[in-house]
Amino acid sequence: MNLKRTIASAKRVLLQLKHDPRSMALIIVAPCLLMTILKFVYWSQPQVFQHFAGSLLGVFPMLVMFLITSVATLRERTSGTLERILISPVTKFEFIIGYAVAFGIASALQAIIVSTYAIGPLGLKVIGSQSGLIFVAILDALLGLALGLFVSSFAKTEFQAIQFLPIILLPQLLLSGLLAPRDSMPRILGDISNFLPLSYAVDATKKVLIGQGSITKDVLIIACFLVFLLGMGSLTLRRTSD
Amino acid sequence: MFLWGNHGQMRVPQHSMLDMRLRPSAISITGLSVIRNGTTILHKFDLEVEAGKILGLLGPSGSGKTTIMRSIVGLQHLTGGEIKVLGIPAGDKGLRTRVSYSTQDASIYRDLTCSENIEYFAALQGHSTPTSNEILELVDLSRNRKQLAATLSGGERARLALATAFVGRPELLILDEPTVGLDPLLRRDLWRLFHRFTDEGKTLLVSSHMMEEADQCDELVLLREGAILSKGSPAELRKQAGLENMDAVFISLVEK
Repeated sequence: MNLKRTIASAKRVLLQLKHDPRSMALIIVAPCLLMTILKFVYWSQPQVFQHFAGSLLGVFPMLVMFLITSVATLRERTSGTLERILISPVTKFEFIIGYAVAFGIASALQAIIVSTYAIGPLGLKVIGSQSGLIFVAILDALLGLALGLFVSSFAKTEFQAIQFLPIILLPQLLLSGLLAPRDSMPRILGDISNFLPLSYAVDATKKVLIGQGSITKDVLIIACFLVFLLGMGSLTLRRTSD
Repeated sequence: MFLWGNHGQMRVPQHSMLDMRLRPSAISITGLSVIRNGTTILHKFDLEVEAGKILGLLGPSGSGKTTIMRSIVGLQHLTGGEIKVLGIPAGDKGLRTRVSYSTQDASIYRDLTCSENIEYFAALQGHSTPTSNEILELVDLSRNRKQLAATLSGGERARLALATAFVGRPELLILDEPTVGLDPLLRRDLWRLFHRFTDEGKTLLVSSHMMEEADQCDELVLLREGAILSKGSPAELRKQAGLENMDAVFISLVEK
């Protein structure tokens, strides 16, 4: 891996985000707004807010990064820039790591601001550490990136790419333990949820919130998903086409 | 047409044998076939491009110009045939810094400024100290340095794409319709730039619809439906057609 080229790609993606302040603002403001609504919806049931807000901290990064990655890669494909990159000295690995570094930074920023807002003004109780929350959030974001990269190769237009969001992410959201504990689901659904990466992201976030249990196993499982999905994603970056 | 075709074929081997001794071929295509969705785009296509020359690919749209270019840079899935670029199989890793390709639609980042685009493509080629100003001056965009590519006009965007193809000092430059939508003054300047490029022994493959530009090329290849109708220097093509005006030469050779 050539470090200079990888950094150049990461810097380029960050510059693109910088030139689009509205999107950057939405990435940060939208989760804060949703948290605020949730706070008022469950005003009289703080323990329900505690549960949802905590789990959502693990969901937002994945959701947002999935969306922006699938749109960004699709744009690279349709604008011809991806082909230029694939015939340049840059390797697929450098290209993907470039994106991962840039979006990792963007999601860290998102996680810091959203979690600080949730803990401060909204009164979310975190018994574990906030840095643990941010760490898990960055991993989730990278999961979203890997899924988005993979899925974008099946979309021909940005419109189609966005349609993948309900197909890929909503089932994971329903089975992740956000709505009902995973062990209370019918056995088959519980088993399926064991094979979905978001389940481990939500588990890890919850563990950090209540400050109980080790997240090592969850983090390792997420890392395995990440390597697998990034590998699958890189297979979709083909140089030659018909 | 047959007569000219045979004449051309007879001349080619002599030419390339001579080239082998004097100058190696920059591009050597043998038996290239491309079939896309059941349609044959190219069938057993052969082409030699001499190093240090400007070769113009001319032909109506749909004649296979872009497919040939994409094959040379290794983006096209080939049904058959072989392509050697600078003596190496097309698409090989060893060609990544040596060959540059600019597509018909400007393949640049619209959400980056002009100089950011240049700097990024320079960095990909391993140039850490980019001279983005110098390159932007070549295409008369130094005033638009800090402007987002999305807000450029069509012609300006085409120039920016061209500039990004020049970074990194490639030995072979492949430009698909580089001068479309540019005013005559700028076109003249760009052709001067192209000649300077080949004066250094580098090779340029350029496609165009504009017959008035054909005169600027050292060698022309006239295509129709994936086959070579005619090839030779502009003067030779004029002689073949017995006409002076390049537009008329093109029409007469295509319609034969």
